[in-house]
Amino acid sequence: MCDLLWLIPAAPLVGFLILIVLGSRIARTAVSVIGVGSVGISAVTAILVGVDVIGGTPPGDAFSLLMWQWMNVAGFSAEATLYLDGLSLVMMLVVTIVGFLIHLFSVGYMADDEAFSRFFAYMNLFVSSMLILVLSDNLLFLYLGWEGVGLCSYLLIGFWYREPDNVAAANKAFIVTRIGDTAMAIGLFLLFYSFDTLNIQAILAAAPQQWQPGATTAVLAAALLLGGALGKSAQLPLQTWLPDAMAGPTPVSALIHAATMVTAGVYLIARTHVLFELAPQVQFAVAVIGVLTVLVAGCSALVQSDIKKALAYSTISQIGYMFLALGIGAWSAAIFHLATHACFKSLLFLGAGAVMLSNHHEQNMFKLGGLRSRMPVTFVTFLVGALSLAALPLVTGGFYSKDLILWYAWASPVSTWWIWAGGLVGALITGVYALRMVFLTFFGEAKGHFTGRPGLVMQIPLIILAVLSVLIGFVQTPHSLGNIELFSDLLRNVFPAPAEVSATLSTEALMQIIAGLACLAGIAIAYIFFLRSPRWSSAVAENPQGALLHRFWFMGWGFDRLYDRTLVRPFVFVARINRRDVVDVVVTCIALTTEAFHRALSLGQTGKIRHYAVGMAIGAIITIGIAVLL
Amino acid sequence: MTLEWLIIIPLAAALVNLVVPREQEGVARWISLAALAADLVVLLLIGGGNWSLPGERGLWMVQSNHQWIPQLGISLQFAMDGLSFVMLILTVLLGVASVVCSWTEITERVGFFHFNLMAVLSGIIGVFLSLDLFVFYFFWELMLVPMYFLIAIWGHENRKYAATKFFVFTQAGGLLLLAGIVALYFVHGNASGQYTFNYFEILQVQVTGRAGFFIMLAFIAGFAVKLPAIPVHTWLPDAHTEAPTAGSVILAGLLLKTGAYGIIRFVLPLFPSSVAEIAWTVNLVAVVGILYGAVLAFAQTDMKRLVAYTSVSHMGFVLLGLFSQSAMALQGAVMQMLCHGISTGALFILVGMLQERTHTRDMTRLGGLWDLAPRMSGVAMVFALASLGLPGLGNFVGEFLVMVGAYKTFPWLVVAAAIGLVLATIYALDLMRRLFFGPLKGSWSFADLSLREAVLTIPFVVAIVALGVFPGPVFRTVQPTVDSLAKAGKELHQVQSSLGEPSGNGAVVVKQSITSREIRWRMP
Amino acid sequence: MIASVPLEHSLLAAAVLFALGLVGVLVRRNTVFVLMSIEIMLNAAGLAFVAAGARWGQPDGQIMFILILSMAAAEVSVGLALAFQFYRHFKSLDLDAGRTMRDWHV
Repeated sequence: MCDLLWLIPAAPLVGFLILIVLGSRIARTAVSVIGVGSVGISAVTAILVGVDVIGGTPPGDAFSLLMWQWMNVAGFSAEATLYLDGLSLVMMLVVTIVGFLIHLFSVGYMADDEAFSRFFAYMNLFVSSMLILVLSDNLLFLYLGWEGVGLCSYLLIGFWYREPDNVAAANKAFIVTRIGDTAMAIGLFLLFYSFDTLNIQAILAAAPQQWQPGATTAVLAAALLLGGALGKSAQLPLQTWLPDAMAGPTPVSALIHAATMVTAGVYLIARTHVLFELAPQVQFAVAVIGVLTVLVAGCSALVQSDIKKALAYSTISQIGYMFLALGIGAWSAAIFHLATHACFKSLLFLGAGAVMLSNHHEQNMFKLGGLRSRMPVTFVTFLVGALSLAALPLVTGGFYSKDLILWYAWASPVSTWWIWAGGLVGALITGVYALRMVFLTFFGEAKGHFTGRPGLVMQIPLIILAVLSVLIGFVQTPHSLGNIELFSDLLRNVFPAPAEVSATLSTEALMQIIAGLACLAGIAIAYIFFLRSPRWSSAVAENPQGALLHRFWFMGWGFDRLYDRTLVRPFVFVARINRRDVVDVVVTCIALTTEAFHRALSLGQTGKIRHYAVGMAIGAIITIGIAVLL
Repeated sequence: MTLEWLIIIPLAAALVNLVVPREQEGVARWISLAALAADLVVLLLIGGGNWSLPGERGLWMVQSNHQWIPQLGISLQFAMDGLSFVMLILTVLLGVASVVCSWTEITERVGFFHFNLMAVLSGIIGVFLSLDLFVFYFFWELMLVPMYFLIAIWGHENRKYAATKFFVFTQAGGLLLLAGIVALYFVHGNASGQYTFNYFEILQVQVTGRAGFFIMLAFIAGFAVKLPAIPVHTWLPDAHTEAPTAGSVILAGLLLKTGAYGIIRFVLPLFPSSVAEIAWTVNLVAVVGILYGAVLAFAQTDMKRLVAYTSVSHMGFVLLGLFSQSAMALQGAVMQMLCHGISTGALFILVGMLQERTHTRDMTRLGGLWDLAPRMSGVAMVFALASLGLPGLGNFVGEFLVMVGAYKTFPWLVVAAAIGLVLATIYALDLMRRLFFGPLKGSWSFADLSLREAVLTIPFVVAIVALGVFPGPVFRTVQPTVDSLAKAGKELHQVQSSLGEPSGNGAVVVKQSITSREIRWRMP
Repeated sequence: MIASVPLEHSLLAAAVLFALGLVGVLVRRNTVFVLMSIEIMLNAAGLAFVAAGARWGQPDGQIMFILILSMAAAEVSVGLALAFQFYRHFKSLDLDAGRTMRDWHV
């Protein structure tokens, strides 16, 4: 079955080619069949392959498939090889299954769009690139997928290109991530220089022999890869593009900017975890960046009025948890949170999309409300998603993954107490903003122009994702709650075993109770401030300090303005004043000087032959004189 | 004998075009196409006949040598290796493209236009084939004059200025090259007792020391103008902007490549030790060019000018690859030459189509064109992405190999060059934003790609994707050339280490060497 | 051997002739007179050649004189043709009338 691995990225690629070439000439039904069907083929193949791998003996054994020799020149070689182990299996399943559901949703969501085929073409290309990214066995081939998803993100953010703001957001997304990508590219040069190969497994095998832990080269390599991950995963300080990226159609936000592409950074770090273990400083920096991002983005999510922006900040914040986990060596916990997050966050985005579609594309939560009875299916599924995001204890997937991270943050020897505390505060904030969205949108008095419920083709993915969001939690439960370890078993061959934790069962249970309480407190705060007595929240917002803080958080802590003042404007200014090219000005000066000499000399041209004759005579005399004298 | 035909066929077509009667000038287009097709057939026959055994064949696929002026050691010496073969294929294909893209654009003096076009092409083909330094210089200058006419007669509003600037710059560079060639002739003849312009014989004795260094500088200066490297690039934006579309395509796609080709063919093998001395400086210039060109491209409002400055940036990568003294980077540079020819050629064609439709190049007057011409915009998107170095498209392969190869020796310069990738993203996306996205600006109304235009542009798309995904054949074709250069470099290295001298310390004996002290300037 | 004129005398005569011709070129405005003055200068040069050739007993001087003669003939024919055209164009033989032909864009 594993021999069919190539089909998984190839099917959407073929879909893309068909759609982009035939595109406008085929019927919408055919477009949806090709667009959704190609991802469907991938998903089915991925599940079959997954069953094969998990059921195989020994389970979780790695498998690789050489597709073609991409480059092989003068000592540099890069193969287009697919590599399947537990980690890429998880990623592959997430991408194909969630991707398929989102494609299905899009058939309904984009039904009235004039560029229906272009949308599915881009989406298919995205799925294909993302699968290449997660399946590649070679860093350069991974980079191909890495840039490919960036491209699709750009194309889809600017999908409605007539709006200049959308295009600006698309450019911003591509350029900001490209900054990270460039760091990553330099990292690849460094790795190639050190190991003479870009094959991931070969590098991971050779690195511990060649580098001492903490060696400068190792630190440099890990830091450069981290740069790529920060850009792609929208972590501090390269997070500014993600909120703007919400300009794209909502399924795009669900697929690219919540479930898959933005977690590519997490995947990259997990994939190259050996390098990060050899660079403890960088790994600790990952944790610090993670916890900072959790808090910074969480606070911004608290005050957004646009439902998609709130979800975007929440995504940044949740990926912060994953970085936190990576930073403290809780590799499988990070990937577990990645998987649960993909389910509930895409569910939330799709729910938000359904809400918007039914309300004249209204995104402002304060202009929505009371949709509970009007859209019951959407409400229930959105609530499940929000509770999972808030990590409601015991019943939601989000609880199990986030609790695992918090537990490691407490127990891991490389962690510190303030990382744990930051994560805990983040959990509280998450509870507040998650339920705030639900209360503002679905409760309260009915506002907005309701135009009708979403169709079945949109409700089915919502229901499936809601079920997944709940069920996925039970593949990995803590010691105190059944101790199921299906998920970490799958990744056992990929990651080193987590450090032995000498804690009693009761400590672990206590930690879970604390985490659960944080979530419940958050939900309670949201209930009090946004449902029971909304004037309290407006009172806080109208208080001068509160208003200032509100504005500050609303603007995403002023990062945009900072970058605009310190980077964008100076660059544009320098470029503009040098539009005429200072080198060219110098050249023009040379030309002008020559012309001035020409004018001066041509004054001697009087038109009188005798003047010329005198000149010749004098010249001859001087020449002869010199000849005689010398 | 066959190699000469590659030059003779387009030259003959050029002369026929000159006498095409005024009333039926359109025939010139078909004559040119037929000549290029014939050239392509000859080229493929030669290449196909000699390409089959890449591992076993030597460096040169075909050679031919005829006496011309034996008294001065000048002979008609032509030879083709993998590098020439690749460049010639590019030349012929871009030649076809430039004939097709001027099909409706050029309506006046069609016969004379095609005379010039074919004359330029035969000059370029001659440059890619000739090994005798004197003959090389002859073809080098042959490219120049018809190109001058192409710009000065069929160019846009400021054409006289641009044509003169182009001529003055390239002529000055050419004269430096001539000075270098003549100096090499005497220095070499003086040392070996045999005065000759013959490539292989000059290759036998390496000119080192100060004389070698200065002769190399003259060569580099001549080639750098064509390349173009900072700070002698300023002819390029004007010439590209004012030239007709076909002129821009040939300028960007081919003429710039002759500079890089000259460096590979002459500078690197003839002066390996001097090259090692100057490598860092040249690479610094290259990196400055990458960044400076990209920033300037971003600032332009004239779309042709923008594309022109991207050439400065991209050719910086080529220069970096050439002087990195790494086979990897050299392969990358050749790849970049090829892909830059394709991607920038295509961008100029697209911009030319836009200008033909709107009669403006001012991007502030355009915008939102995706609505009008989605197919054209889609094709433009592909080449904008190629420009910014998206993996999967050819330019990425070239740029990445250049950087990964150069990283070993020049890590900091490569880090700076990598910043060029970010700047390239900025200008490429900005170009797309300003031209094709946003609301439709103005009241333009024009047709999307016609069948002729689609047939013209789609092969470019296919080629750039194919080169990005399966670059292997090109690498294999160029491999012997790169290997021979690497071998020369290695020999030099061994000699240096056996002499116990630090590298770059003047006189180094390879087979026989000349230092400045031995030079006596006398006639043969 | 016939009594020879001393070299100094003939050279002096040539110099005087040359100076006369030069002055003529510089001061006359009539085209025909200028042409005549040029002829005088040419002949002065020829005289110097002949004298020098006689002094060294070599034929080169006379060969040069024949060359000068033929060149002068060619020059006169071209010069007169020019003068003719000049007159047709400017209705005058005054050389200064041709001033208008100078480059005016200065």
